[in-house]
Amino acid sequence: MSDRKFSIIGSYKTKNSVERAAGFIFTACAFFAVLAVFSITLYMIISGTPAIFEVGLRDILFGTVWKPNAADPSYGILYVILTSIVGTFLAILIGVPIGVMTAVFLAETAPKRLAAIVKPAVELLAGIPSVIYGLLGILILNPFMYKIEMAVYADSPNHQYTGGSNLISAVLVLAIMILPTVINISEAALKAVPKHYKFASLAMGASHIQTIFKVIIPAAKSGIVTAVVLGVGRAIGEAMAISLVAGNGANFPLPFNSVRFLTTAVVSEMSYAADTHKRVLFTIGLVLFAFIMIINLVLNRVMKGGKKNADK
Amino acid sequence: MKKFRGIAILIITCLVVAGGLSACAKEGSEKADNNTNKGTEQNDTADLKGNLTLAGSTSMEKLANVASEAFMNKYPNVLVQAEFIGSSAGVEAVLAKTVDIGNASRNLKETEKAEGAVENIVAIDGIAVIVDKNNTVTDITKDQLTDIYKGTIKNWSEVGGSDQPIVVVGRESGSGTRGAFEEMLEVEDQCAYSNEINSTGGVMAKVASTPGAIGYVSLDILDDTVIAVNLDGVEPTEANIKAGSYFLSRPFVMATVGEISEQSDLVQAFFEFIYSEEGQNLVKEVGLITVE
Repeated sequence: MSDRKFSIIGSYKTKNSVERAAGFIFTACAFFAVLAVFSITLYMIISGTPAIFEVGLRDILFGTVWKPNAADPSYGILYVILTSIVGTFLAILIGVPIGVMTAVFLAETAPKRLAAIVKPAVELLAGIPSVIYGLLGILILNPFMYKIEMAVYADSPNHQYTGGSNLISAVLVLAIMILPTVINISEAALKAVPKHYKFASLAMGASHIQTIFKVIIPAAKSGIVTAVVLGVGRAIGEAMAISLVAGNGANFPLPFNSVRFLTTAVVSEMSYAADTHKRVLFTIGLVLFAFIMIINLVLNRVMKGGKKNADK
Repeated sequence: MKKFRGIAILIITCLVVAGGLSACAKEGSEKADNNTNKGTEQNDTADLKGNLTLAGSTSMEKLANVASEAFMNKYPNVLVQAEFIGSSAGVEAVLAKTVDIGNASRNLKETEKAEGAVENIVAIDGIAVIVDKNNTVTDITKDQLTDIYKGTIKNWSEVGGSDQPIVVVGRESGSGTRGAFEEMLEVEDQCAYSNEINSTGGVMAKVASTPGAIGYVSLDILDDTVIAVNLDGVEPTEANIKAGSYFLSRPFVMATVGEISEQSDLVQAFFEFIYSEEGQNLVKEVGLITVE
């Protein structure tokens, strides 16, 4: 009986206070997220800038030698930045076509039974922790890459062997990791294309495949671009898995070189770094932060553009 | 009914919190009692006060910090300050009497000894060189090891093994093990690593799983997933390191001006503590080899 007392089906007064309290709680929660973003931004800038003045922006961003603990230390992260860009780009190059095709399959051509297998598999892929990807990379990908490496460089004794920990391994792991993001968002975009586009195209005599490539994918373009940008964000921010498979040498990003990404540069040396070394690691974090911000801005643009197109 | 349950829960919570608080208070008073007891039993514990200063090797940072913290816990009136400015600077500082103890991660030079510095070895640091289990090379010389890490030797056939490329594995920049290894081998900043891994376990795993890999780890964590090679024909065992025949090892010296017995009570107490069972356990804890 007493339960009913607290129900919102009551007097105007209780109703009103419940409404107000809920409104207040929602506002407080919303500001919590805003507070977190602002404090993180502020913290990154405060801790990332001292090293820029200490070492010099040009020496950090365009230096190619990373020797933070040498007698004459140098803190160049150009190769690290390039690796992040090249690695992410290659991962997108591999992951996006596979992802978009899978999305087309799920949204258009899949028989119901097959879709019932593929769809949960993709969702499961999204839920696997990144360290598992890294471990599988070490156990399966690296030994395989090492065999290829030995075959490719059999005649060049000057190559530095990496045991399979190289750019290709990292790119493959990243490509798999961005698949769920790309697939899910592209699929949603493809399914959101109004059905009469498809029917009109089919009625004009176009085949199903022609309809997919000439009508449905162009109509879902902005959604697919969103998927790609989110994939880029996922790939550039990933640390755990690639720190296990990339080898972590600060080298130029060539396929069989041991490479270091922005994320792994921070992760791998933070524990023992001190003084300037530590401050430069924060600067690397700031560079990464800037990259993510740019990606987000691009994403906002794309989504807004998409809306405009849809309005037209 | 629901109301009653709520009140009951509230009362129980209050009781639990109050009980917890009183228990804490009790513990606190017991601790205080213990302290006063100790004070009366060992007068010198409470009497010992003042500042103890250490300066020197950055490699000894871990040991010096752990030891001074434990020492300060034992003697609450003592403040130990440790600076890490490098071995030579540390010995210079103790010779200039600006600090009580100079830390050096190497044997003292004859010139330093001539000026009155006394070499008190408190621990030994040892590093094992490891290869994967299928590697046929079990013995390499110092020069070969240097060349492998500098990247001039790239194939195991050059050091008497099978025709297999060498995968050079090491620790990340800033790691104490890497610093010690490069220092002892005199290859600072010249190493051509193909893999920089940020944990000892990671190095072991990578070497164990990669045919032709070579790596280095602290001696105390070796297991049978890898082979620790002999260096210049000497097996990496504690006995050999203590005897001084294994070259990838170095003494951790806490230098004083004059023998320990000539030092102030505070310094004497510090050395007594380090050489006690408690102190030597700390040495083991930070992965070093004790001296008997």
